This record gives sequence, structure tokens and C-alpha cells, in this order.
Amino acid sequence: MFGWTGTILRVDLTKGEVTREATDPQLARDYLGARGLGGHIVSTEVDPTTDALGPDNKIVFAPGPLTGTFAPAAGRFNVVTKGPLNGVLAASNSGGTFGPELKYAGYDALVIEGKAAKPVYLWIRDHEVEIRDAAAVWGHNTPDTTDLVRAETDEDAKVSCIGPAGEHLSLISNIMNEMHRAAGRTGVGAVMGAKNLKAVAVFGSGPVKVADPEGFKAAVMKARQMIQAHPVGGTGLKAYGTDVLVNILNQTGALPTRNYQDGYFPTADKTGGESLAAKQLVRPKGCFSCIISCGRVSKVDNPAYAGYGEGPEYESAWSFGADCGIDDLDAITKANFLCNEYGLDTISLGSTIACAMELFERGIITTKDTDGVDLHFGNTAAMVEMVRKAGEGEGFGVKLAQGSYRLAESYGHPEFSMTVKKQEMPAYDPRGVQGIGLNYATGNRGGCHVRGYTIAIEVLQNGAVMDPHVTEGKAGLDITFQDLTAALDSSGACLFATFGIGGAELTEMLAALTGLDYTLDEFMLIGARIWNQERLWNLKAGFTKADDTLPERLLTEPIKTGPSKGEVNHLDQMLPEYYGLRGWDEDGVPTKAKLKELTL
Amino acid sequence: MAKVLMIHPDKCTGCRNCELACSFEHEGQFRPGASRVQAYTWEREGMSVPMMCQQCDDAACVTVCPTGAMHRSTTRANLVDWDESTCIRCKMCTIACPFGNARYDAASSAIFKCDTCQGAPECVAFCPNGALEFVDDEQQVRSRKKAYAAKFKEAFQEVS
Repeated sequence: MFGWTGTILRVDLTKGEVTREATDPQLARDYLGARGLGGHIVSTEVDPTTDALGPDNKIVFAPGPLTGTFAPAAGRFNVVTKGPLNGVLAASNSGGTFGPELKYAGYDALVIEGKAAKPVYLWIRDHEVEIRDAAAVWGHNTPDTTDLVRAETDEDAKVSCIGPAGEHLSLISNIMNEMHRAAGRTGVGAVMGAKNLKAVAVFGSGPVKVADPEGFKAAVMKARQMIQAHPVGGTGLKAYGTDVLVNILNQTGALPTRNYQDGYFPTADKTGGESLAAKQLVRPKGCFSCIISCGRVSKVDNPAYAGYGEGPEYESAWSFGADCGIDDLDAITKANFLCNEYGLDTISLGSTIACAMELFERGIITTKDTDGVDLHFGNTAAMVEMVRKAGEGEGFGVKLAQGSYRLAESYGHPEFSMTVKKQEMPAYDPRGVQGIGLNYATGNRGGCHVRGYTIAIEVLQNGAVMDPHVTEGKAGLDITFQDLTAALDSSGACLFATFGIGGAELTEMLAALTGLDYTLDEFMLIGARIWNQERLWNLKAGFTKADDTLPERLLTEPIKTGPSKGEVNHLDQMLPEYYGLRGWDEDGVPTKAKLKELTL
Repeated sequence: MAKVLMIHPDKCTGCRNCELACSFEHEGQFRPGASRVQAYTWEREGMSVPMMCQQCDDAACVTVCPTGAMHRSTTRANLVDWDESTCIRCKMCTIACPFGNARYDAASSAIFKCDTCQGAPECVAFCPNGALEFVDDEQQVRSRKKAYAAKFKEAFQEVS
């Protein structure tokens, strides 16, 4: 095979067995890899009603066909499993260099099943695979774990691991790769923790082969030039990182503030990418094969929050910033560093702390609940302390580490949890940007922006322009973005490549790489197939139409200040049209005709 | 004028496009292990450094080569070239190079070292950050020296 390695590696931690099987060429063609192929494995092998933290769940690490090539910004992989935060078919996407290395070791996917009797890590050196004792690394944070595992394996091994949060089965724990890149969302870290799997280390020396080298190089050169000529993909993200969005979203009136009580934060500029570049940026960083370099190597000198690492992304700058009523970038970046070390999802934890702050201000919880900490909005030191507590699994932090839904529900007020399907929404207020609200509500892994990033059109005017405050046309827009992104994720490409290229260029690269006659129509059909695969699984797991909604606040409480003052989200105007265009019935169930069209 | 490959670690983001371009140009496949250039990253410091053959004037790999397979090119300036047909794969060059920039690849039974892609290095073409340059040897020193002098200029401007 070209593009794919042709082999899937399977490790049963209960039996201590390692097996290999051939990658099915038809499945590879129809699902590409990463999110799509991994999703197919989980959806056909794992009972949707199984306990996500039980031994019957499986966790798949899968790169895509483009991963490991010089297709621009295409070095990604997905972690696919039944997500413990909310029970969906979860796919969590990460950059770094772990995905390509797995490919060079010879694998289109690594499937891990069962549960080890004691802490272990996996060491993969091409065809040699060992399940090793992890007693010496269990309990360590993610950078130390990476160093310790490398010392025991190979100094150039790529290490994917969990921190203490994943070990404690935090439902918002992540998996960190090469210290700084996260498979961040849906609580995938807890699945590794539940399996007693601390880390996966890999070193690969094999090739990714190309069907049409000349054609592939030409398609790649064209895609590179398009990204490099784009104001966001070519210059903006490298100069300011994703955090450049703070001011843009605030000026749109869609920067969720104080747990979504407002959509505008007057001092947001202090937390934006321009401030980060002036105060903390050491240099830009790129993932494997990246030409965009949105990563931030950053340094905080302020003794109260001193540290060195990577971050923050826009979402983290928002969750620990505006959402907590905080404009101290040093504290925000420190919170980000701590999350990376503990292995926690920055979006979910920041939003959970914001939820706790609202519960505190409303008197629903007091200092008796918070271990004596004053949790008013804007209390910078308290925010950082809460991150530490969540990471350590200490006191009130135990509750925070289970996410905002369980926190708010435990005090009888789930309405203050800003979640969709129990997952925290990110940094775009659906009252100020209508289409992103529909995307959150229909998101197959719950509140999430990277399933259908309509912000690209509604706010950033990337290729087309749509008024963020209208609902007309947003159902179709959402579907196009959701399907395109599902296929793009599965190819191994980075979403940010779309700041320059689209489905046509991805299709061209895939066709030349694999030698298969992919067309743009087939590429989009693959996206729809993957989307519906996830939908079908979620329905079997117990989700219904009633879960395709937003927190009541966003539907009834208008934004109080700023450019979107007075707006609410009009989900009811978009959702029925969305179901119709999707080819689903009025209960949101894919029709037989649709499934036939998608060969599902 | 002879050209040399110049590295700027301060501009390197660790993306390894150089390794991919090199292995693709020479092997027709993506295998960073087969690349003649490697960009190493230290994650804790967030630093990356590309490494490749410096085409030494007084090259240890040439000196130790018993067959003359590793030799200074007579047709191109600033190039230490490797002749596949006369090489006996004794690997002395890989031992002699103090930088580790000559390597034996078991998969293809070949010595891997930078050949500057016959004067048009692909790593330079694919580096998105200007961290690799193929420049006149006289100019590269001049540019670097002047860039450093500019720091003095700035310092003195502030106090004067």
C-alpha cells in the first residue's frame, strides 16, 4: 500500500499479547485513517454501552495516510475510544511527532485493549514491542515521565503519556505527546489510567511510500504556496499564535465572559496573542511537517507564576482568562503549564473553575466547599491554586477534575455548567455567532469548536463571508464544515491547513500519495460517512435528540454588553433544517436511504 | 563563487520538513532515518538544531577512506562526494566524522551524507522558516558578522 503502512498493531494488556493484522484496503480507502479508521475499529469492536473506564473499552492511536509525509501541517494522529467524560465515540486529535513515528514504526493504528494488572508502559521499536513495568514512572508529571521513559528506552523515542490526572481517572484528563502537544479533549487520559497504561514510547525507522512521487510533490508544493500566501496560515498564526483570536472574538462580542454570563471582556487585550508575543514569547514552534508554526515557546518571568514551556493557545487563554474574569496573562500561562504537566484539558478545567466561581458568587458553594479559597471571579491566585488542586487530586480539586457538569449537578445546579453533552464548550459564544452554536449542539463529542469551525466564515471571513448574527444558511454551513473536518482529521492534516487550502487540495495530495482515484466528492462523502458513524454509535450509547442542545442560558439570557448585546442563540431555527439536510428523520436518526448512500 | 549550507538554529521550529524533503529527494520515500539532515529538538527548552555535513576542507571522512570513495569533488567546489561504486562499506568514514554527519544505512547498504542535492538542496527549498540557507561562503560570514554588529549598534544607540 502507498500512504498506509498496511499493518495494524494490537496489544492486549490483560493477556500481555501482541498481535498484528493487515490493514483492510477497502476500509482504508473509505475511512482514511486517524479519526475515521480508529472510529471504525472502536465502533465495530466496542459495545456502545460498555463502561468507558472498564477493561472492555479499547483505545486506538491512529495516524492518517498523509501523516509522516511532507504534506504541509499533516503530522497528526487521533486517539479514539469510548470517551469517559460523556460516553461518546471520542476522537481526540494531537500534533507533535508521535503520529509520524508510529507510522515509521510500521503501523496505521495501535489498538490497545484489556487492562494491565499493574502500571505498565508500551515500548515499540519497529517490529519489536514490549509491555514494560512502569513502577518507576507512575506518579510523575508528563515531562518527567517523558524523560524517564526515554532513559529506559531510546533517547530519541517519541513518548505519549498521561500525568497524575489521568492516573487519578480525572474525566477531563488528556494525553500529552512530547511534553507539549495534547490529545486534549473528552477525557482520554482516564482511559489510559484505567488500563494502568502510563505511556507509549515509539521509535520507527521504516518508510511511508508514495504512489506517484512527482504528482505528490507538485500537489504539496501547490498546497504549501497557498498556505504561505494566506494572511492567517502564512503570517498571522506564526506571529501571534492562535491567541490572536482573543481581540477578534472580543470585538465580535463573542468572547464568553465569567462562565458565559456575558460575551464581552473589556480588558481582554491583556490576554491576547499580541500581548503574549510582547511579554512571553521565546520563539514559534511547529509540529511535524508544519509550515504554519502556531506553537508558542513561552516564558513567564513574574516570580509568582514563573515557568517555561509551551502555550497558551487561544482556548486556554480564554478559559483561564475571560471565562474566569481574569486578565493576568502570567497567571493564565502558568495555569496552562500546570495543565500540561498534570495532563489536564485546559478548556474543560478553565470552564469548570469558571463554573465553580459562579456557584461561589451565587452562594451555592462557600469557602467550606473550596478548602477555604475565595473563589470570586477575577481571583487570579485562586484560579491557579484550583488548577494545582485539580492536578494533584486534592480536596475541592477532586470535584473540579470531574468537569463542570458533575460539579454543578452535585450541588443541584446543572444549569450553571456550560457544557453540551457534558463536555465544556470552548471560546466562541453561540449568542454572538449563531452557526457555532448549532455546531456545538450537534457536535458528536459534545461542546467542541474543531468539529465544524464555522468561525472561519462567520468571523474570520476565510474564503466567504456570513453575518454571525443570522441563522439563515448556517445549517448547510455547519454540515459542510463538519464533513470536511471529519475527512481532514482522518487524513492526518491539521485544521489550520484550511487557512490556505481546502478539500480539493487535500484530495489531490491523497490521490497522488495513495494512487487511488480520490475525487473531492468522495472526500466529502468520506467525511459524511465518518460523521454518521459517530452519530450512530452515540445513538446506540443512549444519546437522543434531547442531547442536541445548548445550555438554557445561551437560548434565553441575552449577552449583556459589547457588540453582541441583546443576542441569544436561535438553535430552534437551525436544528430542524440541519436534520433535514443531513438526511436524518425528525428525531435526528439517520434514515435508511442515507445510510445506504454512505455505505454504512 | 562556492556556496555552503548555513544553519540558523534560532529560526528552526523543529518541523523536520528538511528531513522529509531530503529523504524524499534521495530515496523517493519518507523515512527521516534516511535523511542526510536531522533536526533535533529539546522539548524542555523549546530549541531545535538542524545538523548536516559541513563539507570540511580537511575532511576526516576523506582522510580515513581506504579506497578514495569519499573524496573532494573535482567538479564542484565545497563538496565532499561519495562514490558508491568504489566504496567497500567499511564504515570508517562514519567513525571518523566528529559530527556524526556520515552514516551507514543498513536498509540500502549505503553511506548517507549530504551531497547538497548537486547544488540545489531540497532541505533549503522546503524549510518554511529560513533556518537553512544555501549561500555564498564569503557572504554567509559577512551577513552573520553584520547581524551581530547590529546588536552593538542598538546598544550604543540607546546610550548615546
